[in-house]
Amino acid sequence: MAHDHNHNAPPSDTAMRVKALETLLTEKGLVDPAAIDSLVELYETKVGPRNGARVVARAWTDPDYKARLLEDGTAAIAELGFSGVQGEDMVVVENTDDVHNMVVCTLCSCYPWPTLGLPPVWYKSAPYRARAVSDPRGVLDEFGVTLPDDMEIRVWDSNAELRYLVLPSRPAGTENMSEDELADLVSRDSMIGTAVVDTPAS
Amino acid sequence: MNGIHDLGGMHGLGPIDREADEPYFHEKWESRVFGLFFANFAQGHFNVDQFRHAIEHMAPAEYLNTSYYEHWLHAFERLLDEKGIVTAEELDRKQAELTAGGA
Repeated sequence: MAHDHNHNAPPSDTAMRVKALETLLTEKGLVDPAAIDSLVELYETKVGPRNGARVVARAWTDPDYKARLLEDGTAAIAELGFSGVQGEDMVVVENTDDVHNMVVCTLCSCYPWPTLGLPPVWYKSAPYRARAVSDPRGVLDEFGVTLPDDMEIRVWDSNAELRYLVLPSRPAGTENMSEDELADLVSRDSMIGTAVVDTPAS
Repeated sequence: MNGIHDLGGMHGLGPIDREADEPYFHEKWESRVFGLFFANFAQGHFNVDQFRHAIEHMAPAEYLNTSYYEHWLHAFERLLDEKGIVTAEELDRKQAELTAGGA
């Protein structure tokens, strides 16, 4: 069994600092630790990229839904029950045979929580934020994605008001798949634009 | 304002480190910081713009050398101290107390 690397280590200064802050706010009646527990559990177990995958699979199978999604992302995503903090204003950008879209937040870490959950560390890291806009092809190469030279790459810089979700291209060979099966193919990174959805191995 | 947070196009920051099957939180304190954001926000202690502004005011070297949730913690400390809700002295005292108590 894997050993927790912090198991025997004393709490770090940062951990103690956070504990001190939570304790003080709790003592002042400004924070309810149980409410924090519930919130953390919600974001660890319920809010994540499976939500975004449902949106993508619906768009792949329902042309009317796709039209609504590209017209008003926030409303169409809310139709499937996904809305709230950090997803108040959503724009969905569609990958096509000619255009590949990729999302970054150069200034911070803006990311569509209701559809993708909390962002991975690399998305919030300085190297990704720096290079996604200056060398997107190099970044995609690092992620193992090679696109045709003549494909246009559009990089969308998120901000506090506006969040982007990439609608990846539906891969060939999936014509007979159900919406649920399609959703299983859609990775988090394909909706950030640092991956594509491959034809499933048969 | 052009500050250290404005990282688009900057050179020399190295490769992008990725982790397979990454957990949402790497340490328990990160999840507490995450939850404290909502609690503070709900109490009206600050809004999102003030929060980001506080992060963007970090010293550049500190900004680059600390993690995402450490940035959040920095913003909490600054904003709560400014508003007198939790002062820096209070926080230092409580941290020392908890550390001494082996909590």
